[in-house]
Amino acid sequence: MKDKKSNDIWVFVEIKEDGSVQPSSLELLNPGMQIAEKTKGKLVAVLFGSELQSAVKETAEYGADQILMVQGSEYEEYSTDIYTDALCILLKKYAPAALLIAATNNGRDMSPRIACRLKTGLTADCTGVDAEEDSGCLLWTRPTLGGNLMACIVCQEHWPQMGTIRPGTYKKKKIVKEHVEVRREFVKLGASRNRVRVYETIEEEGVPADLESAEIIVAGGKGLGSAQGFQMLQNLADALGGAVGATRGAVEEGWISHAFQIGQTGKTVSPKLYIACGISGAIQHMVGMSSANMIIAINQDREAPIFQIADYGIVGDIYKIIPEFTKKIVDIV
Amino acid sequence: MNILVCAKQVPDTAEIKIDWENHTLIRDNVSCVLNPYDGYALEAAAKIKDRNPDTTITVISMGPVRAEEMLRECLAIAADQAYLITDKAFGGSDTYATSYVLAQAIQHIQKKRGMIFDAIFCGKQAIDGDTAQVGPELAEHLGYPQVTSCLKAEEREKEFIVLQERDNNKKVIGVTYPCVVTFTKPDTDPRFPTFKRKLAARKAAIPHISSTDIKGIDLRYAGIKGSPTKVRKTYVQATKTKGVMIESENIEKIIQELCNAVSKICEIRR
Ligand SMILES: Cc1cc2nc3c(=O)[nH]c(=O)nc-3n(C[C@H](O)[C@H](O)[C@H](O)COP(=O)(O)OP(=O)(O)OC[C@H]3O[C@@H](n4cnc5c(N)ncnc54)[C@H](O)[C@@H]3O)c2cc1C
Ligand SMILES: Cc1cc2nc3c(=O)[nH]c(=O)nc-3n(C[C@H](O)[C@H](O)[C@H](O)COP(=O)(O)OP(=O)(O)OC[C@H]3O[C@@H](n4cnc5c(N)ncnc54)[C@H](O)[C@@H]3O)c2cc1C
Repeated sequence: MKDKKSNDIWVFVEIKEDGSVQPSSLELLNPGMQIAEKTKGKLVAVLFGSELQSAVKETAEYGADQILMVQGSEYEEYSTDIYTDALCILLKKYAPAALLIAATNNGRDMSPRIACRLKTGLTADCTGVDAEEDSGCLLWTRPTLGGNLMACIVCQEHWPQMGTIRPGTYKKKKIVKEHVEVRREFVKLGASRNRVRVYETIEEEGVPADLESAEIIVAGGKGLGSAQGFQMLQNLADALGGAVGATRGAVEEGWISHAFQIGQTGKTVSPKLYIACGISGAIQHMVGMSSANMIIAINQDREAPIFQIADYGIVGDIYKIIPEFTKKIVDIV
Repeated sequence: MNILVCAKQVPDTAEIKIDWENHTLIRDNVSCVLNPYDGYALEAAAKIKDRNPDTTITVISMGPVRAEEMLRECLAIAADQAYLITDKAFGGSDTYATSYVLAQAIQHIQKKRGMIFDAIFCGKQAIDGDTAQVGPELAEHLGYPQVTSCLKAEEREKEFIVLQERDNNKKVIGVTYPCVVTFTKPDTDPRFPTFKRKLAARKAAIPHISSTDIKGIDLRYAGIKGSPTKVRKTYVQATKTKGVMIESENIEKIIQELCNAVSKICEIRR
């Protein structure tokens, strides 16, 4: 779009398949608030779903000035066609300055279609977003080339300015607001149709509840040597109250499912503590975890690249260290 | 069935240089390869052709003349025909402009050959730009349905059946033809070219398509000028200062160090 009607900042709040609110969407209300202050607009959260009462209530705790709720049975499950149609109708109606979307599977599936339909730009998979005070231009930061190069992207002549933001980049922040305006929107979908059909959902076993929001992650790589190694890591994770993650190396060996993979083609995490066990530290892995507050790496090869980003680098055999360490933690906790 | 595969030549991640003045990447002198995800898309098309030999596989790429090399590799692996979309006017395109040019070129090829592609296969993402946006934007330009991040595709009479990989599960999805499907890494490796196909690929003609060939293309939507996003600046992230290295035969000591470190983050009583 060539025009905007307001300085408002929109955040698309995704509803997960189980009906709960996607935490990585709520995270975006945090930078959204700061940006809206700079652009002197409202912070608006937009929700689609079949039953939104509790989701709206939860969203209202995180700083939005206004909530647009679009309720209807057609939004029960995510559909590229229907979500794109409906969101584009709303965006044309209100023409906000910007739209932030969490870079989840659905977010990255839907956003490019919306951007393309509205003939605007979209910055992918950002690890930061800010706004210039005077111009209201959003500054999107993103890694490219497998994390080798950082770029600052702008979209100054088209609206809305759009970007997808990596889960875990920002923390959810509760804000007590006196009044949050909740507005029901009725979107009339013309001849739109859903051209894809979901026949079956194949659940994977033992999938991590929410790896992206775990505060402590114990991750394993090919150095584990076997699937049993992950049981050892699980014991440590349990003792610390954390979750288990993996490299693509370990996933490819078939020791653990893809849902646990961290990195460029897996999940992005930013826990308080990341313990890397038998992980060499390929750039594709490190882009997914390098923003952890503290990184401890255990590897028997003192030249392993993971030590470059580790706060504590331990040269040694994981099989000698982890069980002892776990015992100690169990003893003291 | 007629399948079109979009392939991008990408720099080998090992040694990449950057033009700091123009905030672009210097791709000269860096060895270039077929984007691995496009290899998975090509393999998915080849598997369909294995089952159904009437299938045709066409590959297109937008890029400099150098990308011909990569297109020959695609021909050697499984493709029947390749086109290179190359023009100075297309340089510096963001994903919106790239997908616009690809859509225009696809329509141009369809008109010329008097047929319609049943499916457009893309990689999930290119390992250099890493946006994973070109597939869905191409689908939007063409007005087609899309399924992203697929592991495999099987043809049925009225629809494709694809297996989609998601954050925490997989989905079996049916999508109406014509459609755009993007592919991610499956369990099995793509095939290698045979010697015979390699020889044939070396001699194959690869037509070039430029802006003047495509009737009706609106160059206001192509290249740097047609790109809504601009790269304002690029930089190499400063690496963190190196942490503490602990190298000791004494496991007891290592464990103590570990506990000290962890206690800074979480409350463990000592
Ligand atoms: C396009 C693309 C995308 C990719 N995406 C991802 C991604 O999302 N995530 C990802 O992780 N990778 C990804 N990769 C793969 C990545 O390049 C590496 O191959 C992978 O991360 C290596 O995994 P690893 O560290 O487990 O294995 P290795 O590199 O084999 O490292 C194993 C390490 O274990 C150590 N070790 C062995 N035994 C012991 C022991 N007993 N005690 C202590 N240490 C031991 C070894 O010294 C070694 O350093 C991608 C690659 C490509 C090309
Ligand atoms: C530092 C930097 C940051 C950038 N950030 C953004 C950004 O945030 N948003 C944006 O819109 N643009 C951005 N761009 C521009 C973007 O990289 C280019 O538009 C690029 O041509 C396509 O994007 P991609 O490499 O991410 O492809 P992806 O969208 O990741 O590619 C997906 C698939 O599309 C197909 N495909 C992609 N390109 C071609 C091609 N040339 N020929 C044939 N098939 C192709 C392939 O099948 C590929 O697997 C950036 C460029 C740079 C240098």
